[in-house]
Amino acid sequence: MKPDDFDYVSKLLKERSGLVLTKDKAYLLESRLMPLARKRGLKGLDELMAVLRKRDAAVEKAIVEAMTTNESFFFRDNKPFDQFRSVVLPNLLKARANKRSFRIWCAACSSGQEPYSLAMILKEEAARLNGWRFEIVGTDISSEVLKKARAGAYSQFEVQRGMPMTLLVKYFKKKDENWVIDPAIQAMVQFKEWNLLGDLRPLGQFDVVFCRNVLIYFDQPTKGKVLHGISQVLSDDGVLYLGGAETVLGISEHFKPVPSQRGIYAVTRNSGLSLGAPPA
Amino acid sequence: MKSCLIVDDSKVIRMVAKKILQELSFETEEAADGQRALDLCKDHLPTAVLLDWNMPVMNGIEFLRALRALPGGNAPVVVFCTTENDIEHIQEAIEAGANEYIMKPFDSEILQAKFAQVGLITG
Repeated sequence: MKPDDFDYVSKLLKERSGLVLTKDKAYLLESRLMPLARKRGLKGLDELMAVLRKRDAAVEKAIVEAMTTNESFFFRDNKPFDQFRSVVLPNLLKARANKRSFRIWCAACSSGQEPYSLAMILKEEAARLNGWRFEIVGTDISSEVLKKARAGAYSQFEVQRGMPMTLLVKYFKKKDENWVIDPAIQAMVQFKEWNLLGDLRPLGQFDVVFCRNVLIYFDQPTKGKVLHGISQVLSDDGVLYLGGAETVLGISEHFKPVPSQRGIYAVTRNSGLSLGAPPA
Repeated sequence: MKSCLIVDDSKVIRMVAKKILQELSFETEEAADGQRALDLCKDHLPTAVLLDWNMPVMNGIEFLRALRALPGGNAPVVVFCTTENDIEHIQEAIEAGANEYIMKPFDSEILQAKFAQVGLITG
């Protein structure tokens, strides 16, 4: 790929999605753009670039989608979900005892495994949630992955990565080669196409936000911008989940780590669902 | 050291599994059918069993039921690893006392994820 073509695409990606594409990722760019060119009946990258430079909106969108699609698995890393079940959820139910409602947001949810994992946890806890109203919202910049998320159909390979067999037999049905999620779980999650760099406030207020393994793709100012945006939609005592390799330290003054709860962050000057507080 | 008994009638599968498990610091033993595996377990119980379903002499589910009936036989963590990939088989495995279930084909990543899930390794 020509250097000025690479620069053109990386600028587009940065503007549209915040994704920072360094030169060492040129191979990745080429490997994801080639199928895109072929799909459009173009001969190769040069032809695709020619179309792109005419500011073809559909091609721009397709390129952003192709580059921002990342892998996802059910119960990724296990621990954050155990933590959600055993620590975050009980505290959330205590903090919202009067309102009896809460909202969870999975930012950049890709093909839906994370929000569905949370939905399964909440389904398993149904007895404690009797009379409660809650929403799980999954957003992603890519309409393609959201199509897959809404369909809720996963390959054998995908359902094996992280999902306990008990949940697989309980909440999935095998259809041909795929495993399709139970309509009751599917109905618990709403999917929306949304750009994390845009205004997040129309999404409404959330009590728990999952934004795991997203910031790693952004540069410092973009990380700060996204964290600021999240702080605007997170309730004062809400909590934010980041990925294992991510932090707010030195990036955003809106959040602070919750002591002894790895990966969980609270709004500065607040105790984040009292997670850090000693048991009463 | 943690030990894992690999039970599969395919020598190739046993080799692949052995390599992955050794990288995860498991001591491994092998058996080509359920009866041979049961004899080994009567002698000493492993920490974990990676278990194929369809095998000659004694199949995986028969072995599992016999293992769970042994004194101390509830201790080993049993992970099925089989081409049987329908809900009925998984359900039957759960009822017989399996701890997890891997559908072949598998790779190191899936095996690690499943072993982490049942607490055999730290994920």
